[in-house]
Amino acid sequence: MSSQVSSGAGLSPAMMAKDLLVAGILAAAIFGTTLGFKTETAVGGLSLEYKMGLAASSIAIVVVGRLLLWLTLWRKGPGTGSASSVADSVFNGVVSLFEGRTKILGIAALLFALVFPFLPFADRYWIDLAILILTYIMLGWGLNIVVGLAGLLDLGYVAFYAIGAYSYALLAHYFGFSFWMCLPLAGILAAFWGIILGFPVLRLRGDYLAIVTLAFGEIIRVVLLNWYQFTGGPDGLSGIPRPTFFGLPFKRGEGNFADVFGLDYSSIHRIIFLYFLILALALLTNFVTNRLRRLPIGRAWEALREDEIACRSLGLNTTMVKLSAFAIGAMFAGFAGSFFATRQGFISPESFTFIESALILAIVVLGGMGSQVGVVIASIALIGGFEFFREAEQFRMLIFGLAMVVIMVWKPRGLVSTRIPSIFLKEKKAVSSDMVAQGEGH
Amino acid sequence: MAKWDENVLLSVEHLSMRFGGLLAVNDLSFNVGRGDITALIGPNGAGKTTVFNCITGFYKPTEGMITARHEDGQTFLLERMDDFKIPKRAKVARTFQNIRLFGGMTVLENLMVAQHNPLMIASNFTIGGILGLSGFKKAENEAVELAKYWMDKAGLTYRADDAAADLPYGEQRKLEIARAMCTRPKLLCLDEPAAGLNPRESEELNSLLLFIREKENTGILLIEHDMNVVMEISDHVVVLDYGVKISDGTPDEVKNDPKVIAAYLGVDDDEVDEVEHQIEQTAGSQEGA
Repeated sequence: MSSQVSSGAGLSPAMMAKDLLVAGILAAAIFGTTLGFKTETAVGGLSLEYKMGLAASSIAIVVVGRLLLWLTLWRKGPGTGSASSVADSVFNGVVSLFEGRTKILGIAALLFALVFPFLPFADRYWIDLAILILTYIMLGWGLNIVVGLAGLLDLGYVAFYAIGAYSYALLAHYFGFSFWMCLPLAGILAAFWGIILGFPVLRLRGDYLAIVTLAFGEIIRVVLLNWYQFTGGPDGLSGIPRPTFFGLPFKRGEGNFADVFGLDYSSIHRIIFLYFLILALALLTNFVTNRLRRLPIGRAWEALREDEIACRSLGLNTTMVKLSAFAIGAMFAGFAGSFFATRQGFISPESFTFIESALILAIVVLGGMGSQVGVVIASIALIGGFEFFREAEQFRMLIFGLAMVVIMVWKPRGLVSTRIPSIFLKEKKAVSSDMVAQGEGH
Repeated sequence: MAKWDENVLLSVEHLSMRFGGLLAVNDLSFNVGRGDITALIGPNGAGKTTVFNCITGFYKPTEGMITARHEDGQTFLLERMDDFKIPKRAKVARTFQNIRLFGGMTVLENLMVAQHNPLMIASNFTIGGILGLSGFKKAENEAVELAKYWMDKAGLTYRADDAAADLPYGEQRKLEIARAMCTRPKLLCLDEPAAGLNPRESEELNSLLLFIREKENTGILLIEHDMNVVMEISDHVVVLDYGVKISDGTPDEVKNDPKVIAAYLGVDDDEVDEVEHQIEQTAGSQEGA
């Protein structure tokens, strides 16, 4: 942000004064309205409380802070010492520290993930948060196949998550199928619906593709909402069976998990099991995606993102390439959905609104499209950040919006924007993001 | 009978392509001989690229028949095939006037994508590949060998791990040809391969094309504006003007054809009658023969 305003501005006192005045007016517009007034419930309605002191001090912080920046960091002229270039050099420093050590880093992260539930500070809250983050990592990795690799912008990804969740809930409700039986079925059903969505959008490009996928996501939700006799409509489905440890339920009493393993019963066992379940599912997603990238199908996805016409000129059936990307991406959402259903024990269409699709897409875009590591960082930052800023109450979304804008201005192609080649002859060189095409709908 | 009419690799018969009111190609017939370099030339807007797009399936012709014949006797009616099946089954590969590489992928990856179909079968449509079966590993190594072979021929081995978009223009042109060759085509269609190349690069391109003709037994059909390239390497030249074939023969025959000279250089007003008369005469003599 700062670099944008500072660029082109010189050091003359008049210009500095003008800049400070503009900053002051902008700060007044923001803080005057957000901090200056507060509504209180009083006898006979609402009363307005004025907090002009708070607003004025916020404005003062902005103006004085900017003045100090002008006198110190920005002294040498525009851009040189701006906050974004400082952040850039710090970020690049951190990246270069880890470069070439991604394998060690990955193993370290995996080890941490494995021992995490047994760390002393990890109580139910932390494990629940970790489960949530892992769910989004898995969804992000799944969507990464469609958006990051194949370059097909999908705004209705949550539909497949919903299909997975409802597949399990309905199969368990009507046929009494167990979680382990439903997990693959949910994936297959979601993949099937991925292909169903794929057909009408085969010929669409760009914005049109995005709109149709968005509509598909809404259609699925509206059907779930209105088909009352089958799905329970807005009441949702409750009493979804909890997962068992390969047949051993997490319950008090004889013959159950704690009893068989000679442990004292604790409700945390189930949570830890859920944690490892989603960890395993997420790692499966990552493993399969990494494998696929090195197979002809994965290269075809990336080639499709780069140039569809060239693909056809080389004999690639782009219909199959697109459908396979939709199907495999949807399959992982289906797995994640059935995990979501078993974890919650209750699902309703409310959990599958557009905002979920947008959040998953934000994770993929923020992380850097096509990057597996980026998805992890972005999930931790976004989902963890939501929790971290819970204190900030109504300002949470404001802070988040601002943070996203700043990150996207600073790193327009996401946090990890380089592409790692799927095969190499002598030396694996990362491909810079400005050469990588973004595919359809960007 | 010319030799390209005896051993035909590709025959175009009565091809017409209409875009609304515009007749871009009008009743065009010519043959491409096996093992020949055939050049399709003509002034701007003559319909050369339209012919290319019809042959490679990007357009469906309004009328006419395009037949590819393999040595083993198989024939393919290209105008009835889906565009992606033409390189896959009929083994006709092409390049583009404005280069279409997979810019964010490395040179080697570009050449691997070109071998998608055989690799897909070797990976048992991905299932064997995910499970890591040995058959796929072997097929992949063979694919890398073929890619290395063509990188070597195109002089791109030293750039194997660089992004295609990072290459200079001349090397991008060569990479596109190498990529098309990795599909193991019987006919290679090149749309202005020498456009924008400097004389040295143009020279290298010529020797690459001659190598392809000699050693790979692949016929080449090329659109080209650079007459040096056309006259130096082609065995057979077809000249188009306003969608109509005006000349067809060896480079020397075509070079001296008054209709070609008229189409390229134009004629003075007082010479128009004379040239028209000549054209009628040659047309008459062709019909007579």
